[in-house]
Amino acid sequence: MATDRTADTFDRRPDPEQLLRQLDAQERQLIHEHLKVFLGYASGVGKSFRMLDEGRRRRERGQDVVVGAVQWNMPPELERLIQSMEVIPLKKVGGGETMDVEAILGRRPQVCLVDGAAYDNPPGSRNPKRWQDITELVSNGIVVITSLNLQHIEERRDIVKQITGKQATQTVPESFLYAANEIVIVDVPPELLLERAGGPDAGDAALADTQRQLSALRELALLLTAEVVDKQLEDYLLAHGIDQRWGTQERILVCLTPGSNAEAIVASGKRNADRFHGEFFVVYVRHPQLPEKDEPGLQRHLEAAQQAGAHVDALDGDDPVEALMDFARTHRITQIFVGHRRKNHWWYRLVGGPIDRLIRAAEGIDVRVFPH
Amino acid sequence: MSDGDSKNRGQLKVYLGYAAGVGKTYQMLEDAHELKQKGFDAVIGYLEPHGRKDTIARAEGLELIPRRKAEYRGSTFEEMDLEAILRRKPQVCVVDELPHTNIPDSSHTKRWEDVLALLDAGIDVMTTMNIQHLESLNDQVWQMTGVRVRETIPDWVMKQADEVVMVDLTPRALLNRLERGVVYPPEKAERALQNFFKESTLVALRELALRQTAHEVEIRQVTLPDSALVDTFPTNFPPAADRAPSGGNDRILVHLTEDPSTAMLIRRGKRVADYLQAECFAVYVHTEPDLASLPAGRRVAIERHLTFARNLHLETHVLQGADIVDTLMDFARLHRVTQIFMVRPQYSRWHGFLATNLVHRIVGEARDMQVTIVAERRRERQS
Repeated sequence: MATDRTADTFDRRPDPEQLLRQLDAQERQLIHEHLKVFLGYASGVGKSFRMLDEGRRRRERGQDVVVGAVQWNMPPELERLIQSMEVIPLKKVGGGETMDVEAILGRRPQVCLVDGAAYDNPPGSRNPKRWQDITELVSNGIVVITSLNLQHIEERRDIVKQITGKQATQTVPESFLYAANEIVIVDVPPELLLERAGGPDAGDAALADTQRQLSALRELALLLTAEVVDKQLEDYLLAHGIDQRWGTQERILVCLTPGSNAEAIVASGKRNADRFHGEFFVVYVRHPQLPEKDEPGLQRHLEAAQQAGAHVDALDGDDPVEALMDFARTHRITQIFVGHRRKNHWWYRLVGGPIDRLIRAAEGIDVRVFPH
Repeated sequence: MSDGDSKNRGQLKVYLGYAAGVGKTYQMLEDAHELKQKGFDAVIGYLEPHGRKDTIARAEGLELIPRRKAEYRGSTFEEMDLEAILRRKPQVCVVDELPHTNIPDSSHTKRWEDVLALLDAGIDVMTTMNIQHLESLNDQVWQMTGVRVRETIPDWVMKQADEVVMVDLTPRALLNRLERGVVYPPEKAERALQNFFKESTLVALRELALRQTAHEVEIRQVTLPDSALVDTFPTNFPPAADRAPSGGNDRILVHLTEDPSTAMLIRRGKRVADYLQAECFAVYVHTEPDLASLPAGRRVAIERHLTFARNLHLETHVLQGADIVDTLMDFARLHRVTQIFMVRPQYSRWHGFLATNLVHRIVGEARDMQVTIVAERRRERQS
């Protein structure tokens, strides 16, 4: 919902576009073979451990693994893990340090572990940001396994600030996550995290507040991972030419018809999409016979829907029900919301009992009728 | 986990995964060790290591309550020994595989009922399950996998958990483990690859598990004390106040019939009700003087649907009236119902006419109520 990627991912025009998307998806799958991200919702969830542990296991299976960067203040159990590995030292640039991309490229390992993807490199470095260093390693055929905290994702900074009051300065664009072929969420309950951090005593008001913040961050991180996974699923299906209509998340389609109680239906669609953290679409079927006087009202509703975060579209078709079902199927819609008026309106005369036809046509999709 | 003595009811922690082999049991055992180290009396009530070396090694050092041997139809089965655990009365008990069905001679049909008994006795329980066993996702999982999962956990049981943790592993890594023989022996791995372990299926199940965990985290936030900051959430993140039970005024009525897709209708209606934090009624209306005068086949179907609805914690009502729609609408108005859920009519030539008519009449009379016609989910062939 929060990203606008769906606007361009979904396209209802068929063949050539479909084919291009398929090729794109195949290409993405190849590139991303080489990037794996451990995502956490806060520091201390154990991302670094999971990352280094994977490095250790890969090494035991005979892969050539090096450590490209580690964070300073490392806990003892991580120190122990790293001791057995080859570490490429950070390079001094200006007053700071940066991952030594040249050295790693020269060393050419199979796998490079990079603890913490969100670092600004000191001025004079090869790339301004560490995630760009990582991208460079990946495009040179090195598998990079890295760790990242939710708060460092550029597009999520505002909402994280609203939850915690703090804003991270060093960031990674969300597209970096979408570019990873593997993303793993490191999920632990907030209580455990607080315990590890040795926070305030139980019962403390500050503790309850921290706990609430952490659980809000945790929900965000889970949903973000679900979105990335959803995109991967789409890529996979596209790349393999699988036409699959069932959805893994709720996708609600509101169909605005002239004279329906649009406001109530859009509000309900929005509420349902929010509760399910699903996708929200609002469409309107254009028809040459639409009376002029209905147009301004519709425009207003469509704009309001867009503001509410809906993907808005106008559909063309001689048969409104067919146009709607076409859209619903391409977008893997799970629920269609539609208004119904008993009054004899052109829409109903035209399509001849549209609700009945819609219900008949909507195989595998729920139809929610809003009487008016 | 809380100290088991300080309160009456034990706490429940669920390790949620999306397939066998993602590491649920392993992580649960790790946590049990950590608790033991902190001085908690943690034991293993039931463990299903599936012959996995890592898991077996991780169980070492934890007290194992011996399983109960039971004879059934000439074979010997081993089940969790509920009585023995209750006698032993540990603070924390590890119970693997929550969706398991006990053999018929057991005191409970389902392992989750055993777990509720342990919680009632003040014992904290750590347990594992996969997302495909959640009742409300049964139809969706069937669509994805072609497998109708029979051992299900009602959503209200999941709600009892104080904590739900997602155990995540990428499908690629899981497939690697499967190929290396870590998860199953070769012949079983071969079979597993046919349905649940197809990559697209794994990705889809994983997404379901992530979304469900996010939902579990969200509904648990509501019970926390209020804070000023929740008012500042942007629109795509509803403020906690709007998600509170008091905030939702929805009341959902699920119209039961003998139609075989009613089980799906009940699951769907209840799932929507849960997400909207709405009350949910299941109502059957008959025109005969009493239920007993229904033809046997219909009566059995209706009773099965009513039982199913009750098991999922819907409030069930059986109404009698001369006209089905009038009776249903009277009930709906009286109970301030906002949404009616009904099955999509079967569009067969003869039978379909009456059913369609029912939808038409209800839509016509619903006025300010929304009517949702739930379509049977079909399974499409995948390449």
